[in-house]
Amino acid sequence: MRLQKATAFALYAVLELAADPGRQMTAVEIAEKYGISTHHLAKVLRDLGRAGLVAAVRGVGGGYRFAGNAKRLTLMDVVRLFEDTSAGSDLSAAEARQEIAQGLYFVLHEIDDQTAATLRSISLTTMLKLIARRPWDAGMRSAAAALARSPAP
Amino acid sequence: MARTPRQRSTVEAAIRPARASDLAPVIALDSETTGLAKPEYWHEMFQRCARNGFFLVAADEARLLGFVAGEVRAWEFGSPPCGWVFAVQVRPGSRQAGLGSRLFAALCEAFRAAGVDRVRTMLAREDTVIHAFFRSQGMTAGPFIQLESRLD
Repeated sequence: MRLQKATAFALYAVLELAADPGRQMTAVEIAEKYGISTHHLAKVLRDLGRAGLVAAVRGVGGGYRFAGNAKRLTLMDVVRLFEDTSAGSDLSAAEARQEIAQGLYFVLHEIDDQTAATLRSISLTTMLKLIARRPWDAGMRSAAAALARSPAP
Repeated sequence: MARTPRQRSTVEAAIRPARASDLAPVIALDSETTGLAKPEYWHEMFQRCARNGFFLVAADEARLLGFVAGEVRAWEFGSPPCGWVFAVQVRPGSRQAGLGSRLFAALCEAFRAAGVDRVRTMLAREDTVIHAFFRSQGMTAGPFIQLESRLD
């Protein structure tokens, strides 16, 4: 799955702030940490603020802090603010009459269903725990071991 | 001072192997939770776990608060032996107090003692509550894909 830039930026910001709800970070601090556009992130943070997920803190040392319930908010709650997550296709009327197009979108719908169920099942707290556990390291270790076993070219 | 459900469950509930007398409240809890009474299924599951699996309950002095069931399966779908979780349920009024996590941890400990280093389960895609529970326990997508077909 490929996320829109705004969605990825929103997830970075929300998870970064939810990791330490007492901490405030500016858009510049978050943008510099992830090497992303401050201008674009600032717009995303305003959207997150309107949705009640983050709160702007004014004044010296201001910035944003997490304002949601990390145990209740899921990745889907963030993603749906920036992406169209509704089921359906962009088929034209002519395409929709064709069995090949219907079959193709049946399979794509299956993938979307799986994606949506996964995003709905992962709360921000669960995501932060997963990040702390770094399960992807095991995958990298397996890949490195497989590479070491493979014969040299 | 009134105690919260969290305190009551965390302090007073014990996790222990199921007894024959637990079967009726297990059937009642499942029926209450799922809306389907399946006494024959649970009788069979109870006997199956007694032979070759683990059926654990969380209970205080008065009543059963939850249960978990599973077994070690070997070479199913070519997989080395691993633990399978069949079911985990907690009484609605006792949720959000860590009981499900304690039941799951106890089952994982039983699996470890049985010599396996991996635990697996399967669940309905639309069951967000149980999906979120297993995710919160650190479970992620495994290497298998579940497929099905109508038998017309």
